[in-house]
Amino acid sequence: MDSSQTVASRPFHPKEPFWLDPRFRALLFQALVLGAVALLAWYLMANTIANLQRQKIATGFAFLEKEAAFEIGESVISYSAADTYARALFVGALNTVKVAAIGIGLTVVLGTFIGIARLSSNWLIARLAAVYIEVMQDVPVLLQLFFWYALFYEMLPGPRQALNPMIGVYVCNRGLIVPSLNPHPAWRWMILAFTAAMVASWLLRAWARRRQDRTGRPFPVFRTSLVLVLGAPLVTWWAFGFPRAVTLPELQGFNFVGGKTLSPEFSALLLGLVLYTAAFVAEIVRAGIQAVGKGQREAAMSLGLRPAQVLRLVILPQALRVIIPPLTSQMLNLTKNSSLAVAIGYPDFVSVANTTINQTGQSIEGVALIMAVYLFFSLSTSAFMNWYNKKARLVER
Amino acid sequence: MSGFERTMSPRPSQTPDDLKPPVTTVGPLGWLRKNLFNTPLNAVLTGLTLFFLWKTVLPFFRWAFVDAVWVGPSNLCRQSEGACWSVISQNIRFILFGFYPYDQQWRPITAMLLLLGLVFFSRDRKFWTKTLACAWIVGLGAMGTLMAGGLFGLPPVESTQWGGLPLTLLLAVFGLTAAYPLGVLLALGRQSRLPAVKLLCVVYIELIRGVPLISLLFMASIIFPLFLPAGITINKILRAQVAIILFTAAYIAEVVRGGLQAIPKGQYEAAESLGLNYYLTMRLVVLPQALKIVIPPTVSILISAFKDTSLVVIIALYDVLKTTQTVLSNPEWMGFSREAYLFLAILYFAGCFSMSHAGRRLERQLSTNRQEGG
Repeated sequence: MDSSQTVASRPFHPKEPFWLDPRFRALLFQALVLGAVALLAWYLMANTIANLQRQKIATGFAFLEKEAAFEIGESVISYSAADTYARALFVGALNTVKVAAIGIGLTVVLGTFIGIARLSSNWLIARLAAVYIEVMQDVPVLLQLFFWYALFYEMLPGPRQALNPMIGVYVCNRGLIVPSLNPHPAWRWMILAFTAAMVASWLLRAWARRRQDRTGRPFPVFRTSLVLVLGAPLVTWWAFGFPRAVTLPELQGFNFVGGKTLSPEFSALLLGLVLYTAAFVAEIVRAGIQAVGKGQREAAMSLGLRPAQVLRLVILPQALRVIIPPLTSQMLNLTKNSSLAVAIGYPDFVSVANTTINQTGQSIEGVALIMAVYLFFSLSTSAFMNWYNKKARLVER
Repeated sequence: MSGFERTMSPRPSQTPDDLKPPVTTVGPLGWLRKNLFNTPLNAVLTGLTLFFLWKTVLPFFRWAFVDAVWVGPSNLCRQSEGACWSVISQNIRFILFGFYPYDQQWRPITAMLLLLGLVFFSRDRKFWTKTLACAWIVGLGAMGTLMAGGLFGLPPVESTQWGGLPLTLLLAVFGLTAAYPLGVLLALGRQSRLPAVKLLCVVYIELIRGVPLISLLFMASIIFPLFLPAGITINKILRAQVAIILFTAAYIAEVVRGGLQAIPKGQYEAAESLGLNYYLTMRLVVLPQALKIVIPPTVSILISAFKDTSLVVIIALYDVLKTTQTVLSNPEWMGFSREAYLFLAILYFAGCFSMSHAGRRLERQLSTNRQEGG
């Protein structure tokens, strides 16, 4: 915009030699840069092709169809060594999604909690939160992962002496063992009821907003939605006669039978990522809360809004505007840091891809796949958050 | 507060004798009341926190100091209840220097002391002169010579034998010094009016920021050799160093872009009206202001780059984390990971904490905003 003005304001003077014309210079400079980059790319490609031919490494993604022939410690979907590399990589990607999704949820909760604690009027709590934030931010996350992993294997006893903090919950060097729900049709119906209630409350909100715009009469959307969202699954549960059979884990021989086991690798990875990232989230939350001026709260209260309304209508929308962009990058950081799982043996995508590279020798394809998968995660997360951010943005005239 | 209001507007029916004395806010007792027990909720929280601290800090203190074994063989540790700090004291030379020849280890020590000295003098802006820049160049050269040898009668040491703390510091210092100018260039490219340059920079920055560092390190260790003509090999440390530089530069570029965007348009126009060309506008007017604005985020990028050097463990470089793990894999010292990792945590904490401290100081010194107190 600005440039076109400048260029236009300096018309090409016929007596001026053409190499002093800014338009010509801009074109020349860009051509030079592009040429240099293309030359470099061509040089690297030529070398790579020559090297691959010399080492007789096949290129292409045909290896994905071959049998993987390695086991994966834990997987969300069924997998055996007889499956293809493609399925193995998919299992790895699902494991990454699993740890990232649970980690992001826990991190936001813990980070918000610590961020608020950091602002507490209680000196002791504020200090403790500050020390936590400083220490966690200044120690590499990989070192923290190693520490938690070592703790699981060195500190915790074997299954026979497993710690039993609650009925049905065991902690030992095989991981964290918790009771699992017995399969029952009721669970699926409850999820359906929950989803239906969510949709209903979303529609209700839209309707209530339209009615308030038209007639000015507010509708207690929040309370109604709460009743709907909690009530519908409960009613479904009741309709099925309260199935609450669970399988408690039991020690048989050297291992536990029944229940659900979270492996030490998964637990250490989750613990390390959550504790580390929560420190950064806490600082973001604190900054967001502090960014909303005190006058905003006072003004809202002087309008006669109730405290819950002040928080929901005035404080939160403004704080979120400050919080969301950096929070997004912390979520992405957590997802990217989950690739460190390869160091402690949790089979995430990088770890599976690394095994694939070692077995097939297809290093270029392997690294390209790793990059493509993380780019996909990053771009889709930031696309979602940008959409949300746009909704929460300040509308200026 | 309430006491104050009451004394200001005494109701006629009240004699001064009826008034309660105001709640004290001075002295240790007043401080406690104001900061820890000002509301019932805070009193409960304080109580809970104190109980939690008593339950955790006291056993930790006993473990780490009272019952600890500081020096001595590992079987002494196995009999003791406390921490085994002798895993550090017995193996300190391997942890710090890796496979560097034992009798030559004075060389990495000297190199590190040289680096620390330079960093120490660079803290104060008083010393920011051309002499200091020359000292840095000479110092870095001397460090390289000390590490590699082959000159002045020092026996040469292959870079495959470098390890431990010198390697960590080497990767961090060279990575940061090379990534910073590259990042500034990328940021300028991204803000450029030339579409082709802008596109290249955008693609580079977004690609690098979208992938984890270890995928770049894998690329450095597996694919870089394929890029080079047959017969030419670059050593592993240098390849990892290139990956770290490329990675950090993309992050610095985004931070600097934020600073560039914060410079009002009038500054560009004023520079143009003085007849300054692009290079002079950037060097004299825009960058000094932009870089000053972004000191806090830059410092946090530098800190995370320093922490990220620990990731070279994954491609089997013997940085200080890898040497520690090597010690821990020795059957004699197996099972003392807590002590060893705590030691490393303190080491990294010291580095990062002093960096953030120095960053805050620099920000204060460069602040031209008098209102915020200089």
